[in-house]
Amino acid sequence: MPETVLKGKAIKLGDNVSTDDIIPGRFAHLRSNLPELSKHIFEDLVPDFASRVHQGDFLVAGGNFGLGSSREHAPVVIKMSEIAAILAKSAARIFFRNAINQGLPVLLCDTDKINDGDQLEINLTEGVITNLTSNSRLTSTKIPPLMFAILKEGGLIPYIKKHNDFEL
Amino acid sequence: MGKTLAEKILRDKSQTDAMAGDIVLATIDLVFVQDTTGPLTIKQLEDSGFAAIAEPEKVAIFLDHAAPSPSQQTSNDHILLRHFAKKTNCYIYDVGNGICHQLVAELFANPGDIIVGADSHTVTAGALCAFATGMGSTDIAIAMALGKTWFRVPETFLINLVGSFPQLVYAKDLILYLIGQLGADGATYKALEFGGESLAHLTMSERLTISNMAVEAGAKVGLFPSDEITQGFLSSQGRSASYKPLYPDADANYERIMSTNLSQLEPMVSFPHSVDNVRSARDAKGIKIHQVFIGTCTNGRLEDLAVAASILQGKRRYPDTRLLIAPASRQVLLQAIEKGYIHSLVEAGAVILPPGCAACLGLHQGVLGDGEACLSTANRNFKGRMGNPKAMLYLASPATAAASAIKGEITDPREVMT
Repeated sequence: MPETVLKGKAIKLGDNVSTDDIIPGRFAHLRSNLPELSKHIFEDLVPDFASRVHQGDFLVAGGNFGLGSSREHAPVVIKMSEIAAILAKSAARIFFRNAINQGLPVLLCDTDKINDGDQLEINLTEGVITNLTSNSRLTSTKIPPLMFAILKEGGLIPYIKKHNDFEL
Repeated sequence: MGKTLAEKILRDKSQTDAMAGDIVLATIDLVFVQDTTGPLTIKQLEDSGFAAIAEPEKVAIFLDHAAPSPSQQTSNDHILLRHFAKKTNCYIYDVGNGICHQLVAELFANPGDIIVGADSHTVTAGALCAFATGMGSTDIAIAMALGKTWFRVPETFLINLVGSFPQLVYAKDLILYLIGQLGADGATYKALEFGGESLAHLTMSERLTISNMAVEAGAKVGLFPSDEITQGFLSSQGRSASYKPLYPDADANYERIMSTNLSQLEPMVSFPHSVDNVRSARDAKGIKIHQVFIGTCTNGRLEDLAVAASILQGKRRYPDTRLLIAPASRQVLLQAIEKGYIHSLVEAGAVILPPGCAACLGLHQGVLGDGEACLSTANRNFKGRMGNPKAMLYLASPATAAASAIKGEITDPREVMT
């Protein structure tokens, strides 16, 4: 987690965005070629995603974001698209853990108060989201300290390289 | 205070009190990958700097999702996984052995075990009272390296089952009904635990179908107690020594208790594009089906093929409806041949696919065309799941699938069997 304060634009999505929506299973043969795989991000759900996303933007979803398959390629391709963080009302368990393991912050908060295109500022340490467009603040649910420590190191691989084990 | 099944298993494997909400480090009895998640796992293991896996006898690789390989890239992934198995001396089950979750049930899962797999349907082994859950490739890589991982001890929903299934109503109808009740995120981060008088006559095949779909309500595990049924299954697999009884404490603390009377259920169908979009098969009557697929880790077992064969025997599939059948494992295929089920199914117009995931996730062996509808016995019907976002996917039991194959449209099996 190189930056603790992030600034960017909201790209709004709905409820129940599945891992098949994020990166369709039919591209499984490209999973060992991540640059090729990542070209297909949100291909069915948001066909113009590539032209809409800018470095540092946030995905702002409804409930149950990332449901479905355990494929870690879902948060991998989101990170490769230079999305800086995901905000959702709730996230599916495996996706949530995978995203943190990839060093991709997921903040659980009431995303109904954010509109597509809003400018947001996120303080990751405090879990506070400031909506610069509507001039309002949101607080996200605290994540367990171990997950925060993994996120702080930039993901599980750098965390394990540093600690050699999980430290509770 | 007493403990749920999830708390008991995590207590024993973490050597802590392990009450709901705690974060624990627990030792692992089996860690596995399949061919679409394994290559990234190997990459992450290499990046982590660990030279070896902790205990090769607790690591398994399954080539099942795209098997036999439909592409050069997948073939190269398969080569990578075979090399890794040779190098580390871990188990590998190559093309044709079957679906990872079925093989874990047949060969590995024991009551009280902790099993982690790089596949969301790892929850299937909860039927054998194993705390079994899916994780991503990086978690699995580190679990291989350390022989342990961390868990948040889940709160538990107890689902009490009473009564018995009416004719032509099955475990699949029950779990579809329950997911419809809970919603696709109704049990997120929770353990589902099944109890009640019906367990005494719920077979291992039925339990595997139910546990398999726990994740479709967001659950972390779907646990059955370890009882005489578990003992019978383990001994049928030549693993009697692995049996130990395991029950929740009578004063365990449940976040929610639900009760379902099996005798009140009817054949159910999950509609596109969400598993919790569940209606009765009667309400789905008349929906044209271009392909019926019977198989998968949910419903590709011997009992499932027996039901399909009994309905299709002496009949023919509807001419415009393809019928694909994939046994869940080599053992299932061999037994289905011996019992004559395969003969009846092929005579009825079925295509028999090799043991494996087959058409389930849209990589090969039955990818749908634009505007086509498929009735499948799988666990997921998300948009695009079977390889085409312009297809419509319906989920149901093998009986409903077989009846629908005869009529060419979604059909309540009670209509063709009376």
